[in-house]
Amino acid sequence: MMKIFTSIYKFKKIVLFNFLFVFITNTFYAQNDTNKINRVNIDTTKLYLNTDAVYNRPFLKYGKIPIAIGGYAEANTQYKVTDGVSDGFSFQMKRMTLFLSSSIHRKIKFLSEIEFEDGTKEINIEFAALDFQLHHLLNFRSGIVMNPIGAFNQNHDGPKWEFIDRPISATQMLPSTFSNIGFGIFGKSYQSNFVWSYEFYLTNGFNDNIISNTENKTFLPSTKLDVNRFEESYNGIPLTNFKTAVKFKNIGELGISYMGGVYNKFEIDGLILDKKRRADVFAIDYNTQIPKLKTTIITEFAWVFVDVPNTYSQQFGNKQHGGFIDIVQPILKRNIFGFEKATLNIALRTEYVDWNYGKFKETNTSISDDIFAIIPAISFRPTAQTVIRLNYRLEHKKDLLGNPASKTGVIQLGVSSYF
Amino acid sequence: MYKYFIFFLLFIYTFISCKKIMPSAPKDDEILDGPIEGLTSAQLKQFIKGDIAFNDEVFTPQTGLGPIFVANSCGSCHAGDGKGHPFTTLIRFGQIDSTGNTWLNQGGPQLQNRAIPGYEPENLPNNISYSKILPPANTGLGYLDAVTDADILAMSDPNDSNGDGISGVPNWINLPNYCNKRINSITQNGKYIGRFGKKASTYDLLQQTVNAYNQDMGINSSFEPIDTYSKLLVDPEVSNQTINEVIFYLKTLKTPLQRNVNDIEVKNGKELFISIGCDKCHKPELKTGYSDIEVLSNKIFYPYTDLLLHNMGNSLDDNYTEGNAKTYEWRTPALWGLGLSKNSQGGNYFLMHDGRAKSIEEAILLHEGESKQSNTKYQNLTSSEKQKLMKFLESL
Repeated sequence: MMKIFTSIYKFKKIVLFNFLFVFITNTFYAQNDTNKINRVNIDTTKLYLNTDAVYNRPFLKYGKIPIAIGGYAEANTQYKVTDGVSDGFSFQMKRMTLFLSSSIHRKIKFLSEIEFEDGTKEINIEFAALDFQLHHLLNFRSGIVMNPIGAFNQNHDGPKWEFIDRPISATQMLPSTFSNIGFGIFGKSYQSNFVWSYEFYLTNGFNDNIISNTENKTFLPSTKLDVNRFEESYNGIPLTNFKTAVKFKNIGELGISYMGGVYNKFEIDGLILDKKRRADVFAIDYNTQIPKLKTTIITEFAWVFVDVPNTYSQQFGNKQHGGFIDIVQPILKRNIFGFEKATLNIALRTEYVDWNYGKFKETNTSISDDIFAIIPAISFRPTAQTVIRLNYRLEHKKDLLGNPASKTGVIQLGVSSYF
Repeated sequence: MYKYFIFFLLFIYTFISCKKIMPSAPKDDEILDGPIEGLTSAQLKQFIKGDIAFNDEVFTPQTGLGPIFVANSCGSCHAGDGKGHPFTTLIRFGQIDSTGNTWLNQGGPQLQNRAIPGYEPENLPNNISYSKILPPANTGLGYLDAVTDADILAMSDPNDSNGDGISGVPNWINLPNYCNKRINSITQNGKYIGRFGKKASTYDLLQQTVNAYNQDMGINSSFEPIDTYSKLLVDPEVSNQTINEVIFYLKTLKTPLQRNVNDIEVKNGKELFISIGCDKCHKPELKTGYSDIEVLSNKIFYPYTDLLLHNMGNSLDDNYTEGNAKTYEWRTPALWGLGLSKNSQGGNYFLMHDGRAKSIEEAILLHEGESKQSNTKYQNLTSSEKQKLMKFLESL
């Protein structure tokens, strides 16, 4: 028996060595023969279905090797003032993301996305899943999947957007980018002038951090603080996630999604500690492009419902809602600085989040804890994959009690590009 | 080609140089937070550390919150260092006279009406009298802390020997072991003068702070190490250093600045304030003695309090007390910052010890006992005079 194990081990070593040899020699050779490297470009400003975004990215392929790599980076400088007080200029490397995909078979694909945020402050596997296509209406996906709640979580690559900061409602109220380990099915149906898609996943889910965090509010992204969430479920009950979207030619894409499950540890070692408490999220997203004007409109709204114990603090709300609307208008499309089809856009984002929708038990008056921001922007796209952005953000933030809002202004200049 | 480049550079230059699009700072007299002037850079660093611990540190079950509590951070009760809101009003019970609190082993003196998930909060015992206590503003506490006992005693008049109907008395209290006695402290039968809290039952900012950590947030310290839930001695959940930084922060918060000082109606309002006798308890001017923080030593300041207990009549008698105070006695609250109260109370006034008064006038009309005479005089003012008085009070 021992001999069998030893020979299997040796065989694996030989296979691994051969694979590395082929890969390395091809890579060195490629440096001398760049013609064999193909850039598979996609006009990332085009509106595909959001569910397709994970594959609709520019990749580099080498010859006929069924592996493609890619990624994007985002860097910017900003000058921020809150209520007249500024910490001056700062320079940020917001994120660098690497994609690696491979086609094992024409019906079996693997894609991974690894993100480095704020330098190396956060390193996350955002996506690492194997897709099996059984039928265009029935695909099986397993691994670390990006929960399809709203559109932004699915379609969040920096170079696609005219704004440096991601929308608060889509990144802090909804925990984008939110990935979990699990599996599910998805599919699409094409007709002559519309496409319909669905996705359904079961994954590991939320945890108690959502109402126990230093943000001092119900905060779904605090789930990500649990370092064990890719290893085991917090409470043994899967998070259910469903999204359906339909896109009509010249009308736009409409998506409706749901994500929900039990977030608390209600039982340990068979002992019941609490009732099962749920966190449920609903989102609706829409995007379109007005044909003649080429004006792009992207919007997403979401509602969060969390069963917070009524003996806990109302600091942690049981209802949240919020969303954003982006309007992007190209004003110039021509050869600029030698870039053919370079585009200059003006854009405007308006966003709002109410972190705690409800009334104080003590006074029956409304709880505030909300944020409103308006962000005019100018963006220059020398190519569809690269954007230079200038944003001004004006933000009003009210505390729980509704005291006079804290006002923040931010000027940001940054670049984001696929590579 | 160049025109694009020049246009782009000009645009960026215009955009960045346009400071007007950035939010400006509120005027210094419109906010309560900020340090007193004259602190050294070392003291400013300590102030900032205390500011962070006070306003930014949020306790969670993982960092010691509760398990039963009222609030999960200092800042949630004192938004912008101002007065609190009914959302974080404290409920205290179990003491009706100077013999002490008889409910200490049964949840007293403070009700922890919230609990972390999996725990049950406390409920008020049946048929027990209690007081609701609205969190006070934190401003200028270092100045109040540095008033000498002798000055406080000089303002007291227990037997109303001057016959003005006002007979302020200090709250003589027993000191916890950890309190450092002030230089030239005055004692009476082994008891010391309390000056903080609605009943002046707290000696200094150390006692105030560690009690708030323990009773409000369920955070135990080496000073107050008994857990409010288990009643057991537990490990400290906040360091002595953090407590010292918070105390330094509280001591060095600036005093509120009066607005519209030169407005003629404000000036007239102040004269009316004095003429109807409000200043007999709400003393406009006090002075500090020695303080280990040099800029606080021997300074004149304008808090509108005498730090003494006064009989406020039956309608404000909750049949609950602390220290040596009677149930109908309340410490004169400082009026400085009154006009800015709404900015920390969600746009509304919640005045008096429990926030029952929804306007300044309502608060005046609730004054009884020793202050009844001023209340009556106020009611006899013309509407124009009342308006001037309000303008003055709102300028504070």
